Amino acid sequence: MADPRPSSPLASIAAVEAGLAAQGYIASRQIATAVYLSQAIEKPILVEGPAGVGKTELAKAIAAWRGLKMIRLQCYEGLDEAKALYEWKYAKQLLYTQILKDKLGEVLSGAATLHAALDQLHDFGDVFFSREFVEPRPLLQAMLEPQGCVLLIDEIDKSDAEFESLLLEILSDFQVTIPELGTIAAASAPTVILTSNSERNLGDALKRRCLHLHIGFPEQRLEERIVESRVPGISERLRRQLVAFIHDIRTLDLKKQPSVSETIDWARVLVLLQAGELGHEVVRDTLNVLLKYESDIEVAQPQVTTFVAKAQRQNIFG
Amino acid sequence: MQENLHRFFRAARGAGVHVSPAESIDAMRAVTAVGLADRVVLRDTLLLTLAKSEDEKKALGACFDLFFAQPEPAQPQGAKDELQDSSPAAPPQPSQGAGDEISSNLGPLAQMLLSQDRNEIAAAIANAAGATGLSGIRYFTQRGLFSSRMLEAMGIQRLRDDLDALAESNPALAERLQAVTEALRETVRDTVAQALALYGREESENLRHEVLRNAPLSRIEPRQVEEMRALIRQIARRLRERYAKPRKRQRRGHLDVRRTLRRNAAWGGVPFLTAWKRRHRDKPKIVALCDVSGSVARVSDFFLLLIHSLHEVVSDVRSFAFSGHLIEVSEILEKKSPEEAMAEIMGKVGFGSSDYGSSFVDFEKGFMASVTPQTTVIVLGDARSNNLDPGADIVKRISERAKRLVWLNPEGRMTWGWGDSEMPRYQTFCNVVRQCATAQQLERAVSDIVATYR
Repeated sequence: MADPRPSSPLASIAAVEAGLAAQGYIASRQIATAVYLSQAIEKPILVEGPAGVGKTELAKAIAAWRGLKMIRLQCYEGLDEAKALYEWKYAKQLLYTQILKDKLGEVLSGAATLHAALDQLHDFGDVFFSREFVEPRPLLQAMLEPQGCVLLIDEIDKSDAEFESLLLEILSDFQVTIPELGTIAAASAPTVILTSNSERNLGDALKRRCLHLHIGFPEQRLEERIVESRVPGISERLRRQLVAFIHDIRTLDLKKQPSVSETIDWARVLVLLQAGELGHEVVRDTLNVLLKYESDIEVAQPQVTTFVAKAQRQNIFG
Repeated sequence: MQENLHRFFRAARGAGVHVSPAESIDAMRAVTAVGLADRVVLRDTLLLTLAKSEDEKKALGACFDLFFAQPEPAQPQGAKDELQDSSPAAPPQPSQGAGDEISSNLGPLAQMLLSQDRNEIAAAIANAAGATGLSGIRYFTQRGLFSSRMLEAMGIQRLRDDLDALAESNPALAERLQAVTEALRETVRDTVAQALALYGREESENLRHEVLRNAPLSRIEPRQVEEMRALIRQIARRLRERYAKPRKRQRRGHLDVRRTLRRNAAWGGVPFLTAWKRRHRDKPKIVALCDVSGSVARVSDFFLLLIHSLHEVVSDVRSFAFSGHLIEVSEILEKKSPEEAMAEIMGKVGFGSSDYGSSFVDFEKGFMASVTPQTTVIVLGDARSNNLDPGADIVKRISERAKRLVWLNPEGRMTWGWGDSEMPRYQTFCNVVRQCATAQQLERAVSDIVATYR
């Protein structure tokens, strides 16, 4: 069992929280606990949650904080071994075969018998399936990284069910088996983050190997802190009102609820427009930053005045 | 510590969270890493390692709170003791001198109770719980048994003897002992009730579900409707998991020449990588005609709920409801919650006397085009047409157009053809005819329909 080395920055949950915060990622307690545990017991984290709550961002923040390289594998339907794990460099192999053909006479000239010639040829055969000719794809790259790395497997739910099984060996043992070369174990166990939007149910085998972290929409206080760290130019007054407004919007029955990334975008827009506080004119004009469907905007439009008034009251009591 | 965690895993399984041995090992390691000092962190840790979905997290969170609330039942006893201390404050004090020599004659349990050491009592209860295997409790009928076994393990027999002896020698002390004994019984009862809530949930739930699955849908009581809805959703989830798996599978042996050449263009058309032809499997298309008159309405309700919870498995569902005449209800079901949707459907066509003939005429006029050679048409109804024209010729035409025609009848086979039942006439045009009165039969029927598309 890997013990959290006392010298490492991962000594405690609080240290993780502080480290991530230094990178501008405000983690809730659950997130910090998950990151800490993933180091302590060397397990991948499977992050689920709606789009735009900072699942991918988490991996980036960890990589930046620990000074590790981040390797990203974006999943999509039809993703296979050749694109995710490794591939043979066919063209190079072909080229070398051509060269070998020319040199064949020289190579075999020393051989006295057919047996000896065959033996010599066998040696060449092995050369063609050596590391020389392997093109490492993201998963193999992550294994070969000597310092360890952060491996982000993004939107695993978009890939096919067969691809999951391919991941199992990597996730549980941090190793890859290439039939011609044998098993390649990771030089240093990578921090693996898998993200999913729950588009389909993942297999139990995959889930079993991971810590399961669900990131939902943050609480009001936490979201204010996130906006504070991401949009430094924003006044406290506007920040309060904006976050309160968004929390009200999320109570509506919408096709796509605005998530943290939309909150940040909107805050940036409002700062650019130099809005000192939330007025319903401004909100009406910029609602399209927040809501991505026409029907959602139609639902939200009549509520704007009420919510803005409510958000403004927020300031008096808050 | 380990013992406690193991008990927690069992409780978690009771709460419906799937905890495999490997997961429990991981959880152990995680707990060792974070320590036990902070309960909130411990909770987060267990939620992270054991629960694998949001529902499971909720269930496990509740289970955690219940589990670690367990030492609490010692509380009421403590409160009672304090009461006793304050009101008859005088008697224990003077008897202290005499009490010493008397209490030396008492059994250990009586001494412990009289000394009112709450921690010690809680520990004794926990020990007794361990000795009697309280975590093995399964059904609520076992409560009395476990209570008395625990009390016996703690030495209630000796306590009773002590009480009898004291009643003669020292009535005041006997009274006090009697009171604390009552409190002890209560605490033990609470402990057992809690254990049942923790460990017995799975079994009793399974039992209830088993009963519910085989109960006739048309006659369940109103208070069970919600439970039945939950059960139907569970069935839908099971069917989804079984049938939503990959829709394409490589058909071996047929080379896709075009794609192979394209893929190998990079190395001069030498086919290093081969591409094989794939066959896309159709998702089921379903047209459902549901009788919503009288007694069949309930069954239709659950059937529609089930069919419309199968989005991942079934690509296209169109539902129609009829009694006297027929309307399309797909949109109502998609947009509203099950309760509201059913209420609206019932308001529009429900509870009339059924007229299969004119309903089928309505369908043929308006919606016949929705039936294609890929469609499975499902009719759910008792086929009792009040001696009106059954419209069997239309059923024949539907059957000819569709891939399959399935008739689900909530009535038993015995009654088909009796009275105004037109079932035998319809039967000749149907590919499959099934009885469908309980949740279990409903599940099998739908499962078979979906399976024919594999």
